[in-house]
Amino acid sequence: MNACLDGNVLAGALSELFTIDITSATGQCVSCGTSGAIGQARVYADAPGLVARCPACGQVVLRLVRSPGRAWLDLRGITCLEVALPG
Amino acid sequence: MARAAVLGRLTWQVGTVAAVRDETPTARTISLDVPQWPGHLAGQHVDVRLTAPDGYSAQRSYSIASAPGGTRVELTVQRLADGEVSPYLAQVLSVGDPVELRGPIGGWFVWDPDDTGPVLLAGGGSGVVPLMAMVRTRAATGSRAPFRLVYSARSDQTALYTSELAGLEHAGPGLEVTHVYTRTTPAGWPWPAGRATSDLLAAAGWPPEKMPSVFVCGPTGFVETVADLLVGAGHQPGKIKTERFGPSGGQ
Repeated sequence: MNACLDGNVLAGALSELFTIDITSATGQCVSCGTSGAIGQARVYADAPGLVARCPACGQVVLRLVRSPGRAWLDLRGITCLEVALPG
Repeated sequence: MARAAVLGRLTWQVGTVAAVRDETPTARTISLDVPQWPGHLAGQHVDVRLTAPDGYSAQRSYSIASAPGGTRVELTVQRLADGEVSPYLAQVLSVGDPVELRGPIGGWFVWDPDDTGPVLLAGGGSGVVPLMAMVRTRAATGSRAPFRLVYSARSDQTALYTSELAGLEHAGPGLEVTHVYTRTTPAGWPWPAGRATSDLLAAAGWPPEKMPSVFVCGPTGFVETVADLLVGAGHQPGKIKTERFGPSGGQ
């Protein structure tokens, strides 16, 4: 139950909700203030949904649950997302 | 091209198997023709969805092995003995079969061919697949970025892309490949069978002062060991990008 993946694994599921790639965006952890790419989060995929934790302090930064026809996204642990855009 | 590959909400599409190629006794490359493919970046992956006649559906992520080019996308699938999806892809799927997929996915674990700085790639097992996409993209674009690849496999029998890597290495300067065998080595191999060590990474990689971009992909244990060794040797954690795959990663 302790095997974790990288935040990269969120990219497919989040691409159903956002037109930009959230895993290459920079987020700041509410709990400890560390900033980093969402792709660097520690993701636990063996729960009913995907749970992403801050690699520095371990607090939950994001949860995503998908069921047929619906998704729930909890961004409780991210204060700010910085997104690179063209132009 | 790069931006087009990243922007845009993804939808499922259907590709057709154009060719299959056995790489090792347990790994196979599937070449897909995807008519609406928008292009991809080296290191990105796709989600593949299989649906049974009764409606049961299973989904896995697979790294793209090929360099960007037209509507052709190649995946190399390692068959997992207890896998739900990989045995079908690696054994049953045939030319002409449809495959449901979405992608390209992920903008973090990618190498940009405009980046001319040194690169260290470290792959464990089938973790070499997205790194091979980077090596192939380097060759296809004529990039002169100096690449060093450290590739850990159980034995030379299970290593992927061996002859292609040797060919690319001899085709011109700038790509150096070091194989590490964890269980069995070929006769006369300079290192004993075993995992990558700090000495090996120092010899086969770059000194930290060169500030290489580092991509590490493989099973969780491999990724954590290699990343820790590199940080311990003085590499900046911010320059090390990792992609672990675990039981549900399917890669």
